[in-house]
Amino acid sequence: MNVMTKPGSFATLHNWLINEDFTSTRQARLHTFYVAWLNLLANPLAFCGFLVVLGLIAVAALAPMIATHDSYAQDLAFALQPISAQHWFGTDEFGRDVFSRLVYGSRTTLYISILVTVVVAPIGFVIGATAGYLGGWVDIVLMRITDIFLSFPSLVLALAFSASLGPGIENAVIAIALTVWPPIARLARAETLTFRNADFVVAAELQGAGMGRILLRHIVPLCAPSIIVRLTLNMSSIILTAAGLGFLGLGAQPPMAEWGAMAASGRQYLLDAWWLTTIPGIAILTVSLAFNLLGDGLRDILDPRNG
Amino acid sequence: MTSSQATAARSPDSSKLLSGLRKVATSLAVILTTLLGLLVITFVIGRLVPADPVIAAIGDQADQATYERVHKEMGLDRPLYVQFGAYLSDVVHLEFGQSHITKNPVASDLARVFPATIELATLATLIGAGLGVPLGVISAVRKGTWVDHLGRIVGLLGYSTPIFWLGTIVILVFYAKFGLIPGGGRIDIYNEGLVEGPSGSILLDSILAREWEVFWSALHHVVAPALILGYAAMAYLSRMSRSFMLEQLRQEYVLTARAKGLSQRSVVWRHAFRNIRVQLLTVVALAYCGLLDGTVLIETVFAWPGLGQYLTSALFFADMNAVLGSVLLIGIISIAINLLSDIVYRFIDPRTR
Repeated sequence: MNVMTKPGSFATLHNWLINEDFTSTRQARLHTFYVAWLNLLANPLAFCGFLVVLGLIAVAALAPMIATHDSYAQDLAFALQPISAQHWFGTDEFGRDVFSRLVYGSRTTLYISILVTVVVAPIGFVIGATAGYLGGWVDIVLMRITDIFLSFPSLVLALAFSASLGPGIENAVIAIALTVWPPIARLARAETLTFRNADFVVAAELQGAGMGRILLRHIVPLCAPSIIVRLTLNMSSIILTAAGLGFLGLGAQPPMAEWGAMAASGRQYLLDAWWLTTIPGIAILTVSLAFNLLGDGLRDILDPRNG
Repeated sequence: MTSSQATAARSPDSSKLLSGLRKVATSLAVILTTLLGLLVITFVIGRLVPADPVIAAIGDQADQATYERVHKEMGLDRPLYVQFGAYLSDVVHLEFGQSHITKNPVASDLARVFPATIELATLATLIGAGLGVPLGVISAVRKGTWVDHLGRIVGLLGYSTPIFWLGTIVILVFYAKFGLIPGGGRIDIYNEGLVEGPSGSILLDSILAREWEVFWSALHHVVAPALILGYAAMAYLSRMSRSFMLEQLRQEYVLTARAKGLSQRSVVWRHAFRNIRVQLLTVVALAYCGLLDGTVLIETVFAWPGLGQYLTSALFFADMNAVLGSVLLIGIISIAINLLSDIVYRFIDPRTR
């Protein structure tokens, strides 16, 4: 790792952060983050991905300020207008401003992907880590269940669940979450198995620590890097699945702005209004590519074993 | 030879046979539990539906007495495990109920649409493996050069592109603007029904029947959706074969082979590649299952009359019998493909024997 002291305005802070003779726990923690940050800066593609993800979050947070029009306001006199100075990305079949809907659509995308991740990460971890830690019958049963869910192509399973739960954004979240947890569980199990018989785990057991404590205090910190990498890469497939559900009319319901549904409704006007389908698709592609690039870069930094 | 020697000579054989039998029994048990799990999931999905199946069958105009009679006839008053048992026996007898849209039994609908999907997914897998594996191997051999970077970009784009959107753009550009491809469907309308073959794949059947015009029409229709799906498979397969290949190239036998003075081609293809075939087979099977996802979207975009389009139109009209039948069929296909790759894997890899 290329860590060197350097002069400059932030020199003192920089030197304190890269110094490996730690004087406090906090310094050691900040050091880890800082070195990871420097590594991210050194990987241009991953950094681009990081910037796009930051941009997405900023757009979603500041949507009311960025949008030029009301994303719900219909104006049939101005339906299917091409790109112009007033409507940067044209208007849709109801005369709504596509740019503003795209901006608000970022909220939907972020809402679905973050909610799925927050739901799935602890569930997948608990199932996988329990299976790996306890072994025996528990392991066999839990992994069998995981494999059953894995044997379905994920979009088809999500489709079936959201069809039976009914269309809507919350149901789409549940349906996608049901398809995303199995790989996380498998990963957590594999990671737990590698640490299961390590001396520090045995030592903690001898001191009387229960399973919950060992998993939470000893296994979680060790699994975290690879799970974070997997979750970041998963973001892209969550976004694509959500867009696919939206495309089939099962995700967010109109008039809510959702990129997949926007691309779908544009198909009817494909020949007259190419922008309706093209632009939301480019947005999906950009964001999903950004998460993939960021995840790839994070893997090189946090989880070099699986690189 | 004394009898004790004879037993000693025979016992490794019989123990091998026994362990072989045990392996077969274990994998059978695994398949059966997976199938059972699949059925539990589809059963639960069917029960979750908020729409009342009785009303779906008799309409909302029926009186209370009819409602209760049909409710009882459909077995909805019995305990859940009895209902599940009935569901199992229905599935074993290939009874998936009737589709509300087509008014046909779902099983016969599925048999009709299934070959079109298999044709598309198989072709796409062939394209994906044919392009992706060499690309991955070359990327690994030339790690860090422009070939590797190009392969990486192609792969990442394939991972990140919404496939339904790509399909729509291809239709916009190549059908609407240039008229190079048909706008959808499986074959031109005047060629429809000319070939009724054994395989259900129009491409194969028209070759067998020497109906070249039908063949060209079918090929013309399949090119765009197969290439798009093939691109998605290629992205995955090139990435996987790159990492498998890198793993092998690090091994010492590769160094030995190089030290012996073997040519690069021989080292790469005859030594390293032979060792990744088994892993590749597994990921090709996974890619095939992943493509079943892609076909759902691509068939909708290209109006391809297969399982995916059947599923989405059933979803659109809340035709749950058809939805559950299609989902179950897709689940069974993926189990079957993984099983097949497992069997072939044992066949070509002597270490697993």
